[in-house]
Amino acid sequence: MRRPDARWAISAATVLVIVLAVMALLLAGGHGISGSLAAMWNGAFGSTYAVLSATLVRATPLLFVGLAVGLAFRAGVLNIGAEGQLLAGATMAMTIGLLVGGLSRTLALPLVLIAGAGAGAAWAGVAAWLKQRFGVLEVISTLMLNFVANYIISWAVRGPLQEPTHVYPQTVELSDAVRLPTLIAGQRLHLGFVLALALALALWWFLTRTAAGFRVRAVGASVDAARSAGGIDAAHTAALAFIASGALAGLGGASEVTGVTFALYEGISPGYGYSAIAVALLARLHPLAIIGTALLFGALEAGAAAMQRDANVPSVIAVVIEALVVLGVLALDRARSRRMS
Amino acid sequence: MNDTALVLRAIDKRFGATTALVQASLAVRRGTLHAVLGENGAGKTTLMRIAFGMLHSDAGTVEIDGAEVSFSSSADAIRHGLGMVHQHFTLVPAMTAAENIALGGNGLFRAGDVAAQVRSLVERTGLAVAPDARVSTLGVGAQQRVEILKALAHRARTLILDEPTAVLTPRESEELFGWLRRFVAEGGTVVLVTHKLQEALSVADEVTVLRAGTQVLTAPAAGLDVHALVRAVTGEERTGPPLRTRTRLATRGPCVARLVDASARDARGVVRLQPVTIECFAGEIVGIAGVEGSGVHELVRLLAGRLAPTSGSVMLPTTIGFVPEDRLRDAVIETFSLTENLALRDAATRTGRMPWPALEAQTGTVIRAHNVRAPSPATPVGALSGGNQQKFVLGRELEARPALVVAENPVRGLDILATEHVLRELGISADAGSAVVLYSGDLDELLPMADRMFVMFAGALSEVPVNRSAVASAMVGAMVGAS
Repeated sequence: MRRPDARWAISAATVLVIVLAVMALLLAGGHGISGSLAAMWNGAFGSTYAVLSATLVRATPLLFVGLAVGLAFRAGVLNIGAEGQLLAGATMAMTIGLLVGGLSRTLALPLVLIAGAGAGAAWAGVAAWLKQRFGVLEVISTLMLNFVANYIISWAVRGPLQEPTHVYPQTVELSDAVRLPTLIAGQRLHLGFVLALALALALWWFLTRTAAGFRVRAVGASVDAARSAGGIDAAHTAALAFIASGALAGLGGASEVTGVTFALYEGISPGYGYSAIAVALLARLHPLAIIGTALLFGALEAGAAAMQRDANVPSVIAVVIEALVVLGVLALDRARSRRMS
Repeated sequence: MNDTALVLRAIDKRFGATTALVQASLAVRRGTLHAVLGENGAGKTTLMRIAFGMLHSDAGTVEIDGAEVSFSSSADAIRHGLGMVHQHFTLVPAMTAAENIALGGNGLFRAGDVAAQVRSLVERTGLAVAPDARVSTLGVGAQQRVEILKALAHRARTLILDEPTAVLTPRESEELFGWLRRFVAEGGTVVLVTHKLQEALSVADEVTVLRAGTQVLTAPAAGLDVHALVRAVTGEERTGPPLRTRTRLATRGPCVARLVDASARDARGVVRLQPVTIECFAGEIVGIAGVEGSGVHELVRLLAGRLAPTSGSVMLPTTIGFVPEDRLRDAVIETFSLTENLALRDAATRTGRMPWPALEAQTGTVIRAHNVRAPSPATPVGALSGGNQQKFVLGRELEARPALVVAENPVRGLDILATEHVLRELGISADAGSAVVLYSGDLDELLPMADRMFVMFAGALSEVPVNRSAVASAMVGAMVGAS
């Protein structure tokens, strides 16, 4: 009845439908399919550089934020503000990074990462507090806070954090002490990727093996049963999961700033927080499966960027694909539950 | 000319590894009230869902008015003159009665026309419903009338009602049956799915009994008695009516739970419970009677430690077993396995790692001790029948030998065997030294069980002697006094 292979078959079917839809889009836009797809493939997997400096680098923030969304959704919290939490984390990491850049790396780098996670947690905490105190729906508050975070960056990079010449709307670059080390010489892949992988494992262990993780799952599955049968303080549990989710997203922001961009500017995230929703849903909120979907989406975005560069196909195609993934998962899930009932 | 309104012939239905129906048949003659009886899990609801086009059978045929049909959805069934009132209503709470009745129609929606149509329908049928009342403000009985009107608005000639009295007070049930008899007398056809044998005997023309997915008996109700039905339903030979006996305690134990001047509000802040004082002693069963909305829900949750009092003091033991009324909402998580549902019990206080192997072993113990029909502890609770779910919930709550057991309508919707099991277990639990608080809407369940009786009315609690006339007059007296 609930054979796991059936579920994965559905995910595979989703991917197939999407590939066909993308081919149709390319044709409609007058682009050659084979040329476009070859450019995409090469951009994502075509070389060691494509894998280690494009795909995996793109996948890293998606993994952090995908885990954040996965945790929140598992707790029944519809946190669609991972984007804002990531931006808050990036901003705070940058600020602290500029302050402690002179210290030794072993001291400074953890400080910067913790600051990023803390800022993400606080950003989510605002929405969690609004929910608990005034009953504000988190779907609305987190979405609105995304805009606020965006504009705070716009202000910061033209104001207090702007580089000293006041020409460009961005910060100066971080010093080496607060940069995440790369994993392989000559490639862009950095320690943040390993950290994200470790967090995926930790989150899986937390949800399936610990009492606190079980409470999170119970509250997410049924608030009433968690309260009545389990005596669980559902609001408290959901709020903690919400804040932890913000911390994961904030850490993702810190990892971007210290591992990839080394500076803060507008548009530092091309919508990782929104892509993460698709990443988490396609993985059915399973932390280990999120590793796979984050890699898939990382390859997609890396490939789409290469496709724009080499075949002149607009890279928004990646956004279209991500949207199709969400729709596909929802539609197929619905069809499946109808067949089962 | 064929005189059958609805015929299901040799229906098979499987859900994965579970066989729900095997060659199940049912023939309902036009202008009759036909009761379909069976235990929980006997396949009653599945058979009706197939008749109503909500499920596809694996084999077998459906005939309407003598002609074979093949429904691809319930919309097809509605077009063929079928109407179904589900056990869990399918109304939109935020919409008015008239809007709900208009749902599923075609063309333009004009509020005035619809209201007028509903008013004329109400007049013609005698089912009292205010067209512009919001469904969320209606009581259960009124919501059920909206469901019936909805079916009739789509010109249903055959009505299927799935356990319609499970949520009704005895008086509302009587009114419903009176109306159903009139509907049948005027040429309509009714299929009444129920597990209440007495009810079936008193209102039905014909009775069909399903057991383990197969039809085992079809006969005119006039020639049947309760014993014959019990035999057919359970497949067991029995002597006399179902028993539930326990030795009443001569002396009671120490006080286990105490409320002193405790009051409570509901989720919207409305005071539901005036200050009440009640003590529960080890080894006794405290029976509580009261109608829906009398504050009994809040009293039960105060005693179960699931609600904080607005004022007053509450003394409760550390271990409390709680069997809530709405099982699927409050007691279990359908998508979770039996083991995970068992793990809910101490979820609030557990720290560190989940002891899964130990929890799975405990689940196995509960499954065996309470005769829960489940393939394994890893089975999702949603795959179990209602009776087995309830046996599991009871087993989970009693397994830790709690000092206090609070059961809220624990046998609602259960068949004879499951009902007996639940009541017997509560008795055993009291004999073993637990204090048991039992609330039920059914005095027949309550009186044989209770050592002391309380009646709840309009937020106030009073103790009464344990006999039917005392309880009944207390409820009536309270009603008179309050109005």
